[in-house]
This record gives sequence, structure tokens and C-alpha cells, in this order.
Amino acid sequence: MNNFGYHRPASVADAVKALGGSGDARIVAGGQTLLPTLRARLATPSDLVDLRAIAELKGIKAEGDGITIGAMTPHAEVAASDVVKGAIPALAYLADHIGDRQVRTLGTIGGSLANNDPAACYPSAVLALGATIRTSKREIKADDFFQGLFTTALEDGEIITAVHFPKPEKAAYEKFVQPASRFALVGVFVAKAREGVRVAVTGAGQEGVFRARELEQALSANFSPDAAKGVKVAAGNLISDLHGTAEYRAHLIPVLTARAVAAAK
Amino acid sequence: MADTGNPTGIGASVKRKEDFRFLTGQGTYTDDIKRPGQAYAYILRSPHAHAEIVKIDTARAKAMPGVVAIFTGADYDKGGVPCGWQIHSKDGSPMVEPPHFPLCKDRVRHVGDQVALVIGESLAQARDAAEAIAVTYKELPAIVSTADADKPGAAQVWPDAKNNTCFDWHLGDKAAVDAAFAKAHHVTKIDIVNQRLAPNAMEPRAAIGDYDRATGEYTLYTTSQNPHVIRLLMGAFVLQIPEHKLRVVAPDVGGGFGSKIFHYSEEALVTWAAAKVRRPVKWTSDRSEAFISDAQGRDHVSHAELALDKDGKFLALRVSTKANMGAYLSTFAPCVPTYLSATLLAGVYTTPAIYAEVKAVFTNTVAVDAYRGAGRPETTYLLERLVEKAARETGIDRVELRRKNFIPKDAFPYQTPVALQYDSGDYFSTLDIALKRADWAGFEARRAEAKKRGKLRGIGISTYIEACGIAPSAVVGSLGARAGLYECGSIRVHPTGSVTVFTGTHSHGQGHETTFAQLVSDTLGVPFDSVEVSHGDTNKIPFGMGTYGSRSLAVGGSALVKAMDKIIAKATRIAAHLMEASAADVEFKNGEFSVKGTDKKVPFGQVALTAYVPHNYPITELEPGLEETAFYDPLNFTYPGGCHICEVEIDPDTGVTQVAKFTAVDDIGRVINPMIVEGQVHGGVVQGIGQALLENCAYDNESGQLLTGSYMDYTMPRADDVPSIDVATHNTMCTHNPLGSKGVGEVGAIGSPPAVINAVLDALLPVGVKDITMPATPVKVWQAIQSAGSAKAAE
Ligand SMILES: Cc1cc2nc3c(=O)[nH]c(=O)nc-3n(C[C@H](O)[C@H](O)[C@H](O)COP(=O)(O)OP(=O)(O)OC[C@H]3O[C@@H](n4cnc5c(N)ncnc54)[C@H](O)[C@@H]3O)c2cc1C
Repeated sequence: MNNFGYHRPASVADAVKALGGSGDARIVAGGQTLLPTLRARLATPSDLVDLRAIAELKGIKAEGDGITIGAMTPHAEVAASDVVKGAIPALAYLADHIGDRQVRTLGTIGGSLANNDPAACYPSAVLALGATIRTSKREIKADDFFQGLFTTALEDGEIITAVHFPKPEKAAYEKFVQPASRFALVGVFVAKAREGVRVAVTGAGQEGVFRARELEQALSANFSPDAAKGVKVAAGNLISDLHGTAEYRAHLIPVLTARAVAAAK
Repeated sequence: MADTGNPTGIGASVKRKEDFRFLTGQGTYTDDIKRPGQAYAYILRSPHAHAEIVKIDTARAKAMPGVVAIFTGADYDKGGVPCGWQIHSKDGSPMVEPPHFPLCKDRVRHVGDQVALVIGESLAQARDAAEAIAVTYKELPAIVSTADADKPGAAQVWPDAKNNTCFDWHLGDKAAVDAAFAKAHHVTKIDIVNQRLAPNAMEPRAAIGDYDRATGEYTLYTTSQNPHVIRLLMGAFVLQIPEHKLRVVAPDVGGGFGSKIFHYSEEALVTWAAAKVRRPVKWTSDRSEAFISDAQGRDHVSHAELALDKDGKFLALRVSTKANMGAYLSTFAPCVPTYLSATLLAGVYTTPAIYAEVKAVFTNTVAVDAYRGAGRPETTYLLERLVEKAARETGIDRVELRRKNFIPKDAFPYQTPVALQYDSGDYFSTLDIALKRADWAGFEARRAEAKKRGKLRGIGISTYIEACGIAPSAVVGSLGARAGLYECGSIRVHPTGSVTVFTGTHSHGQGHETTFAQLVSDTLGVPFDSVEVSHGDTNKIPFGMGTYGSRSLAVGGSALVKAMDKIIAKATRIAAHLMEASAADVEFKNGEFSVKGTDKKVPFGQVALTAYVPHNYPITELEPGLEETAFYDPLNFTYPGGCHICEVEIDPDTGVTQVAKFTAVDDIGRVINPMIVEGQVHGGVVQGIGQALLENCAYDNESGQLLTGSYMDYTMPRADDVPSIDVATHNTMCTHNPLGSKGVGEVGAIGSPPAVINAVLDALLPVGVKDITMPATPVKVWQAIQSAGSAKAAE
């Protein structure tokens, strides 16, 4: 780890200031991704701006037609929240299946979304549920937020403050783990809402999380496991690595989608 | 040596003494040790698999804050790290033994090869400086594949090793084997890959070199399974420091699995550098570094053929193996695919003729050496896959085929055609017990039930033997070992009757502090808590060869028995003197000496006190004191064996294999602590399941980069990957050591992989899959099902 300046602002406004003020400052949230990167000297920020002391970034509340989760809310809290379990149990389930206990205690939803790891779980929920990402500057629709591997619509110095999830009729998340990392080799989040069915896939796409339109169509017509199983997904834009070929991932997507449809509540 | 019913004696599941220390964080590991004035070492390692070092510029780095010294290959003026075992090729020529300097002179040969040693006031400063070293490399083509290493056109790792061949060795009677094949009724052939594994002990390696200018003494603290062996190899061969000026301490060590047997060049580097900079120098590996510097395991590619007669009797076996040595020869690397592998090819069967060829190759990868089981898991996997395939092909029931060929219970001692003589065993019983415990007979009902749930269920078996208790010095010496493999133990009875035990073996998870205390307490009749076991320091322990090859109890425990025999003999004479009797009339039982046919007795403690306060003592016949040392050199290897049965369930939609049930019935000779035995089997079986289903140390064929350099990609088995394991023993005694113990450290890892894969293939049989390579990951299982399906469709 190289030397860096450390800031611990108490408000979003001060955090924005701290980020803007120094050369190459980075936000640190739960540190689960950033700290290993620093230790391996793969990133060498001039300053770290720690969001942990900012009370307005924490917590879960029912809001309008859904729920709002503060950016600094750790996965363990989402997993255990009665508000989340009541409105979107699939989201609580997803949070409960991220990493291990230590990771869930420290890792945050804001950090996960800002990082946009192609194998992370939350992006699939945000995209399938049509959530809105609130930042220090604006609101961003899920469909506009994810822009490729480790890339999002966030601008320099922009801070995620919260995520608003509309309540679906039913939803489920099926995670097929990559055996070593236990991130998603393929993760499928299925959400059935008044506007239709949305299916978001993580772990598989060369460009990160994506909506599986062919499955959405089939399920909008007939929300049943068999309808999902009948869909063939093209392997062309999918990831091939040690743990799974593109063809394997393409095969798993409808299989997991069918399981999610069966489990949806 | 019978089970005495003593609650802390032989045969009792005594809780481990060492666990309080470990579980409360009070162990002292090498990295916990801080020597006064200690500086920190960082090793700059090669990012390339194969490259020429054109230039190393350290000027900028040397000027960085906190830098104590920087050394490169040009500065290093001592010897290379030696190999401890020499193999001769078929043509009688010795193996090619390239030099292995702790710092590369002009070429790097694997990712992680050592380029510079940077010593700083802090580790961070050393690391900063390492980043400022400018190394100019000229990249060269690399070879990593075991199968392709000796092919024309492959990149050459060493100029002296033509076609990257280290040796081309053979064992057995080729003519007899050819003749048997010529008259065979059926021949079964198989190609087997035993993939490379990364050992992953919980504690990464660490070493501290310390030099005392006043006395000229060196001390090395290191994460080793065998400190005396390190003293010998490093002192005599690398740094030329005589034994009396070199102390090696291996304090608490957090697991080894073989990877901490070897003398590593980092140990020599910090010891050498400590004298140069006149300060203690500490190096601690991190996990990423461990993946590119700890010796790795397995990596054999084999073809095997089994000849059978019309009744299914095995007539002959021939095997041809290529074994990957990596870029350098690690300490015991050459013996793993040869004398620890090929000599086991008879297995538990009466196969009368066997011929094995082993070609060892160099590649641009981390060195490969012994890893839990070392050679025996490779052989067992090959043999049990082959026997299983033979059963499928001939239509003979797979259990029957094994029974038909087992060495009969009354055939011991049994001479195999591949050099070993098994002393004892009872393969029929371990098989029968395992079949019963696993409910083999009820399996088809479970398969049918799983089928209803859309799952493919399979059951697999492995009946195995291994040779451990390493080893008779004369035998291994004749086979190329450059050291003896006896063990040493000392018993120091203190004046008050408490006992310190000094053993040359080393405990790094095995629980010796408990097992050996049970053995000594029971034998001498002193309370368990009055016995302390000491190990891991060449200044405390008279001598030792260390812990590997499941030898600690069979060889090290036997040395303690011999030392206790001497203690009892001397104490008997002291007791006789005290009781005014003839020593011939004195008996020793339950910690008391008595005169036969009288009520005269003296307790052990009183004898101990008399030995140290010899006021009333046979001083003209006996020296005072009560301390004895014994060296024990075994007469043969020991031969644990048994039967492992695994049941799996496969989800054909995803290819996921779940281990539903695992049964291990092992014959390990005398058991001192059944709980520790069970723990050893658990650990070994988990590693075996890891190899069968999860672990794979993979290199990129083009670049030679390690693809699985962290836990993001290297799949260690986790608790939820394994079921509750059913462990039982059915023991026949080792006939040639005083304990009757055979060893248990490796059996789990040896017997289990073929049981798992045979179960996977049994599950996949209905869908037409005939072969799969380890690890049988979900993607591989799914692909196998797909290609079997399309093959069927094409028919
Ligand atoms: C062992 C392990 C296993 C894991 N398994 C999983 C898994 O199964 N599934 C999964 O989805 N994830 C997994 N993760 C990732 C984990 O869930 C974290 O969510 C993730 O590491 C990022 O969250 P964090 O709070 O730790 O962010 P940090 O590491 O602190 O930050 C990550 C990045 O986001 C930026 N950032 C953080 N917060 C904000 C914000 N509010 N606004 C803008 N930018 C911000 C930081 O600057 C940094 O670039 C795993 C991690 C580990 C270490």
C-alpha cells in the first residue's frame, strides 16, 4: 500500500469537497474491493475519502411505491431488514448470498454499484427491478447507470447517496457461484412488475450486467419456468474463462431464469 | 502396547494439548518472532515465465528511504539449493541437475523466480524500493505443458536438459510384462491426467536469518517440517556453515502438507544476507507470493494398460508417465514420480508383472515436489480408475473384480513385482466394512429416488494401499536418497519424575504434543500432564529427519519407544538397588517397580529422584541421571491401506456435483489417539475431494502466467463442499516396528480422489459419459454430458 491522505467527512457536501480538492482522490466505503486493490498496489490514490461517518448515507426505509437503501448500508443489514424482506424478499436473499459474513458486514450497496464488477450481484437487482440511483448530483435510471465492465454513469467526484427500488409483484434471484471466488458465474434476477417482466443477468456478459430481452419477452407472454427453459440464449457476447465457457454460461441463463421464476415471490 | 483403558493413555481420544495455545492466538509462528534490530526483506520476482535478464539497475532503488541493502544474482557468492534425491535414467546416466541459485544470474525460468533481494527498515520501504529497481528482460518463449515439454519445438528450459528431459527412468520386468500382454484375454487402456495442485497451508512461509558476530553463529527461524534437514542442506551445501555454528528453529508452523519439507532458497537468502548486513533479516510470504513460490504438487500425465485373463485375473500392468518437475529440482522432487509412485503400482492386487516408465520434464513453472501423499495419490488414482474401467469393459462387477485380485490375507509378507514387500494388511475386511457402512447394497434404490428428482446419483469405490513410515535408510539410499531417513528421540526424566520428550519429528497440525505425550505417559506410568513434548529446534533436539510421509508415529514414535526401553532398563537397575533385589526379579508395571513374588515396590518418581540424588546408588555400575536418546531406523516401509466409498449426486442441468456421502475405512495399525486419527482422515479426504472436484493449478500455455494465482480462481474446498465423513479403522499391526503403527497422515488424500471420480463416472454412466478429468468442475461435467449426448445423437 502506498501513502495517501485520509479524510472522514461528516456530510455528503463535505465529501464532495474533499473529493474535488485533492489530486487523485477515491471514495472508500466498505473497502472490500478497494483495500485489496491498494494492498496489491494496483491503485495508488492520493487521498481516500471515507464515507463511514456520514449518517445521511445509511439506513433502509419504505418510500412511496418501494424502498430506499442508503449507499453506505452494508449487505448484512439489507439481508436482515424486515422492510426489505417485506417488500422485496429477493433483494434480502441476494444480499445474504454475497461473499461471506465478514464481507457482508463491511461491503456496501453503494460500493458494489459504483464498482460494477461484472460478477457482482447487486447490479442485476438494480437493473431488473428498474431501480433509481440517487447521487450527490442527480438521479440515474438503472438502464442508464451500468456502462460496461467496471464502468458506470458516475462522473468524477459524484457520490452515490441511495438507491430506490420500486416494489415488484414478485421477484427472485438465482446465483450460480463461480466455485473459487463464489461471486456469480451467472446470476439471474427476475422481476415481474405491472410494466412487464425484466430479467437481468450478471457474471456472464463481456460488457457486465445486461437485460436478457429474449427471456423477458417469453416471460411477459407466459410467466412460467417452462417458458424460460424454452429460450435459447446466444453465447456470442458472453464471458469464457477457466470456470465456464460462453456456451456454458449461455446454457445456464435460461436454466437459472426458470428456477428464479419458480421461486419468485 | 495394548489399549490399557487409561483415559489419557494409548487408545484414548485425549483432547489436544496444543489447541488452547492455537485457539487463543498464543502460538508463536515465525512471523511472530521479532529479533532486535530486525530488518525486512522483500523479494523482487520475475513477472515473466522465461526471459533473459539483460540488465538490473538498482541505483535509484538504493537511494530510496529506509533501504538497508539490495542484492542481485551478481552479488550472491554462495552455492545453489541442492536436490536431495538422485535418479538414474534407463541408460544409467544420472538425472540432469541444473543449478538453483537463490537469486537468478542471467535468466528467469518461471513467474515468481527470484531476481533481487531488497532489505529495508520496514517491509513497505523494501517494497517501495523493489518497485524502483529497473530490470530489462528479453522475453523468451515458455513451455508449461507436461505432455508437450519433451516434444520437438518446445522452448528449452535448461541447456543441459535435451528435450527438457531431467531423467527417463524405468522399473520392473518389461519382457515379462510384454509376454503377459501377448497372451491376455482382455486389455484395458486408460489415459490419466493428475493435475497440478497448489498446497495452500494456512500459514504462508516465512524465514528470519540471524547472525551473531561475536560467536560466528547463525540462526534461521523458518516454517519447516524438518529443521535438521534444513540445517544439513543449507549449512553443508549452500552456505558452508558447519552444524555447530548453525541453529535452525521451526517454531509453531501452521500446516505444511509437504510444502514445508523442502529447503527453499529464501531460507538461504535471509541467512546469507543477515551476515552481510549484520542484522536479523525477516521475510514473510504473502498468499499471492505463495502461489508462485511454494513448491506445487502432482502434475503427472500417464498412459496405463492392464492385461486380464478370461476370469478377470490381472496378468500384467504397464504404465508410462510424464512428470513435471517445474523449472528447478526441489528437494525431493525426483523421488515422487519414481520411488514414491511406481513402486506402488501393484496396489492391493496380485498383478504378477509390472513395468513402469517415468520421464521427468522441466517446464517454465514453479517447482513441483511432494504434496500430501506424494506419488501415492497419483498411483492410486491411476490404478483405481483403470481397475474400474476394466470392470466396465469386462462386465465383471467392480467389487468382485477387486476381490478376485486382492492379495489374500494369508499371503503376507507379500513381495510385489515392483520392489516393495508388504508386511500386513486385510483388504477383504476393510472392503466389507466399508461396503456395509456405505450401504452399497442399498444404492440402486437411492439412485432411483434421485432420478425421480431429476438428479444423477453415482457411487464409487477405491481400494488402495500406500507405503509410508518413510523410510529404511539402506533401502532409500540404494534408490538415490542422499540422506538417511531414521528418526531420533530423547526422553529426559526430571528429578521429580516429570518428563520432557524431544523428538526429531515436527508437529505442524498433527497433534504430536498430545499423541506422543499419551505414548510416553502410558509407557512410563507418569501422569499425562507431567509429559511435555519438545520439537523444532536443532539446539534442543539431538537430531531428526522431520515429519512427512506419515512417518512421525511409526518412525519417530518408535524411536521414543526405544529410548523408553533404555530408560526402563536403567530405572529397573536403580529400583533393584533400592529394593535390594536382583534386576532380573524386578518388574515394571503401571509406573511402579516391584520384586516378583514379594510386596516390595518403588514408584517411578522415587527412582527418578534417586537417579539425580544418588546418595544410595549403585554408582560403580551406573551413571547418575535418567535421560536416554535412541535412533530408530525402520526395517521396512509401513503399508496403510483400506477402502474409500463416495456417493455423489449430479445436477444434469448445471453439471454441479454434490458429494452426498463419504465412507473411509482404513487400516493404519496401532492407533494412539482415535480423535486425532479421525481428524487426519477428515483433512486428507477433504483434500482428496478438493483434487477430484475443485482444485486446479493452471498456467497459460502461451505466456506461462499462472492463471490461478489467488483464491479468486484457485478453488479450495470449503466446509459446504463436503459431507459429514464416516471414518472407521480396521487395523492389522505393522510387523516390524515396536508400536505396530502404520501412519495416517496421508491415507485420506491417497484413497479418496478415485472414489470420487469413480462415483462421478458411475452417475454419468446412464447418460453415456465414459471419461472425465480432475477436477470434475460443473462446466466439465456439463460439457461431458453434452458431448456424450451429441455422440449418441450421431449414432
Ligand atoms: C471475499 C469477497 C467476496 C465477495 N463476494 C461477492 C459476491 O458474491 N457478490 C458480490 O456482489 N460482491 C461480492 N464481493 C464484493 C463486496 O460485496 C463489496 O460490495 C464490494 O467489494 C464493494 O463494496 P465496498 O463497500 O466494500 O466498496 P469499496 O471497496 O470501499 O469501494 C469500491 C469502489 O466503489 C467506490 N465507491 C464506494 N462507495 C461509493 C459511493 N457511495 N459512491 C461512489 N463511489 C463509491 C470506491 O471509490 C471504489 O472505487 C466480495 C468481496 C470480497 C472481498
